[in-house]
Amino acid sequence: MKAMDASQTVLKAEARGLNFFYGQAQALHGITLPIYDRCVTALIGPSGCGKTTYLRCLNRMHDLYPGNRYEGEVTLYPDRVNIVGPEVDPIEVRMRIGMVFQKPNPFPKSIYENVAYGLRIRDVSNRSELDAVVERALREAALWGEVKDRLQASALNISGGQQQRLCIARALATSPELLLFDEPTSALDPTATSRIEELVTELKQKVAIVIVTHNMQQAARVSDYTAFMYEGRVVEYDRTETIFTNPTVKLTEEYITGRFG
Amino acid sequence: MTPIQQKIARRKALDRFFAFEGLMVMTAALLVLLVLVGQLMFDGLSRLSWQFLTSFPSRFPAQAGIVSAWVGTILVMLVTAMAAIPLGVGAAIYLEEYAPKNWATELIEINIANLAGVPSIVYGLMALGLLVYQFRLGQSFLTAGLTLGMLILPMVIIATREAILAVPPYVREAAYALGATKWQTVRDHVVPYSMGGMLTGMILALSRAVGETAPLITVGALSFIAFLPHPPWQDNFPYVSFQWLFDPFTVMPIQMFNWVSRPQEEFHVNAAAAGLILLAMTVVMNAVAIVIRARFRKRIHW
Amino acid sequence: MGVNVADMPVEKKDALSGVSPRLRFRLKERAIESLLQLAALTSVAITLGIVGILSYESFQFFSQISIIDFLTDRQWTPLFADAHYGILPLVTGTLVTTIVALLVAIPMGSLIAIYLSEYASRSVREFVKPALELLSAVPTVVYGYFALLFVTPALQQLWPGLPGFNMLSAGLVIGMMIVPYVSSVSEDAMRAVPTHLREGAFALGATRMQTALRVVFPSALSGITAAYVLGVSRAIGETMVVAIAAGMQPTLTLNPLEPAATMTAYIVQVSLGDVPHGSVAYQTIFATGLMLLLLTLLFNIAGHVLKKRYRQVY
Repeated sequence: MKAMDASQTVLKAEARGLNFFYGQAQALHGITLPIYDRCVTALIGPSGCGKTTYLRCLNRMHDLYPGNRYEGEVTLYPDRVNIVGPEVDPIEVRMRIGMVFQKPNPFPKSIYENVAYGLRIRDVSNRSELDAVVERALREAALWGEVKDRLQASALNISGGQQQRLCIARALATSPELLLFDEPTSALDPTATSRIEELVTELKQKVAIVIVTHNMQQAARVSDYTAFMYEGRVVEYDRTETIFTNPTVKLTEEYITGRFG
Repeated sequence: MTPIQQKIARRKALDRFFAFEGLMVMTAALLVLLVLVGQLMFDGLSRLSWQFLTSFPSRFPAQAGIVSAWVGTILVMLVTAMAAIPLGVGAAIYLEEYAPKNWATELIEINIANLAGVPSIVYGLMALGLLVYQFRLGQSFLTAGLTLGMLILPMVIIATREAILAVPPYVREAAYALGATKWQTVRDHVVPYSMGGMLTGMILALSRAVGETAPLITVGALSFIAFLPHPPWQDNFPYVSFQWLFDPFTVMPIQMFNWVSRPQEEFHVNAAAAGLILLAMTVVMNAVAIVIRARFRKRIHW
Repeated sequence: MGVNVADMPVEKKDALSGVSPRLRFRLKERAIESLLQLAALTSVAITLGIVGILSYESFQFFSQISIIDFLTDRQWTPLFADAHYGILPLVTGTLVTTIVALLVAIPMGSLIAIYLSEYASRSVREFVKPALELLSAVPTVVYGYFALLFVTPALQQLWPGLPGFNMLSAGLVIGMMIVPYVSSVSEDAMRAVPTHLREGAFALGATRMQTALRVVFPSALSGITAAYVLGVSRAIGETMVVAIAAGMQPTLTLNPLEPAATMTAYIVQVSLGDVPHGSVAYQTIFATGLMLLLLTLLFNIAGHVLKKRYRQVY
């Protein structure tokens, strides 16, 4: 494991005793999990273990559907806001925390408008400012070179891998403090996947990242910390190296070695 | 042939006969359409002329025309569209994007489904009692437009909801994840992406309204109007005039009905000619709707 | 919350200073939501308007005419000096034309639906469906013209004694008019039947016809019932075809070869004349309208019950 400098151990967010309910059904049980700034935290576990559910708590996506309920807290640093608190506006949370979805979901608009949309809803309409941010975000998402000549082309006409990087650029344009990835490569081919993985590793220089993945190799490749979840609980959390080489809990070991899941 | 082969052969023959029968019935239905159009053309085509389009109704069939009727149809449709489209789209957006799942929402939904099944003449009775006599709007363009607006409102709502439903949830989530509010998501994404379906639904609903006759008779359309309504403009400020809204009205189908119900055959010729124009109006609207649907489908494919 | 601004990276400032405009934002969101809700509520207001006006005027009517007479008298002559207010002749007129229409629309619509869903190739479907849609887009007054001036003369070739106004020709034309409603809704229902059910039948050696009639049709019965109910309510409420082609004379008869008035045709007849607002004759059209609405409602409820009963979960 790489030596960690001081900046890497600054807390970005921390869940403490987070319970989550879909209506009556409890999906998360007492999740307690730190997320460090400028690090990649991976969430692994078999399907239905609650990793995506937890990820979607972090930017309050569950508020879009009726009957969902949070208990406990998730503190966002440095201002110590409880992002799942009922008094906190989910829109403010989402303005600070970006998300990239499982399936590339660009808007059926131009490439430019996709990236600029986050700024437009923040009332930025100055053309040169928008241009600058679109270019920066596309560069950060390693897509600039491929699309710079066709920014006005429809985002639906580029490849799946490019679309996913466009979605990353779209999230980066508003300079989020925390970036959530929900199995971002599950719909992509191996080449596109490795490009996204490289990108994730690069992006952590700037932003805290949480990535849900069902691919253990991917977790091992890109993350600094890994949490293994099972049946709505965090079974084990540690540095990625430790989880993969020397897990404390038997269940973790069985999952890692492929005996179930 | 063995008995089983015979049985199979018999069943296959029956199957072919059944398919043939289906094809025949379908052809018959389409044939009716052809005969209907053919009959109208046979009777009325010769009567179509510039004079017919620009003359007022008359006691003399050869001098009569449809100018007050087609102007009336356009103006009534204007009022109908202004009433039904904003309300219908607003209601559909509310039901799809905002409404909580509770008994009140369910009540609104059941209500809309039931309204769509209410006979059109009942809308006319309601408009007669409420708009004409209670609100004292008279037997005017405004009353006629609002009556048809209420009639097509459920259609507009149902079509718009279907269009909105076709926008996949993950696109909404993408917008919300960037911090968009509900209204921003609706305005910037849901509405633009479902525009094709919405427009199609609106045009089809309006094409239905163009042909509606019964509710307007109930409201009190005049079939003999030998003048045009006040123009929608005026010479001095503010240059637009709404005087026409309160003028007595007639529309194409009412003019046609009036001519059909006369005993003289010369008037039936006029009726056929008016029917051709009316049919052309609805066919054009339907064609436009189909083209719009196809174009938007090509532009946005999920 | 203790916010230490000095600790915050510069680019994050936007998100935080956005806190106060957020209130304005939220108010705008609420205002828009209220407006949209209001739009949705207008549909309820329309229903209240319909029920309110029909009930109010009918109440006025029934305060002068006994409801027993209304339901049992065999004559309907409100505009004559010897006024009778028995709704029966209008109800039979409506029922006869509706039954004739359904005898055309249900077999034709169902067969077309089966053909389109089970037999037709994609290209046939794509040509036929818009053409059928067009059949339902033709204005009803044009159908009225067709019934009076084409169908009736044609029928008179078969029955020379057939009167110029008759319920048969009106009913036949209404039937043609609602074929597309029946066929398109039924077809949707049949196409929604999952393929594996069809494959199950084919695997047993069934022909297409047997599969269509014994597997697909029964499985789609819930949706097909909805199609029939839609057809029935269209036929009951149809006005112009009957007003033009069936005559406007209220006659208590079940013979489709005779002229008769339906409930809708009567309303048209009164509206065309000069009946003073507030008179009993004026109120009769509302009482008739209420009867019409109740009849439609009755069929819709019956359809809903049947639909529930036949609902299949695949």
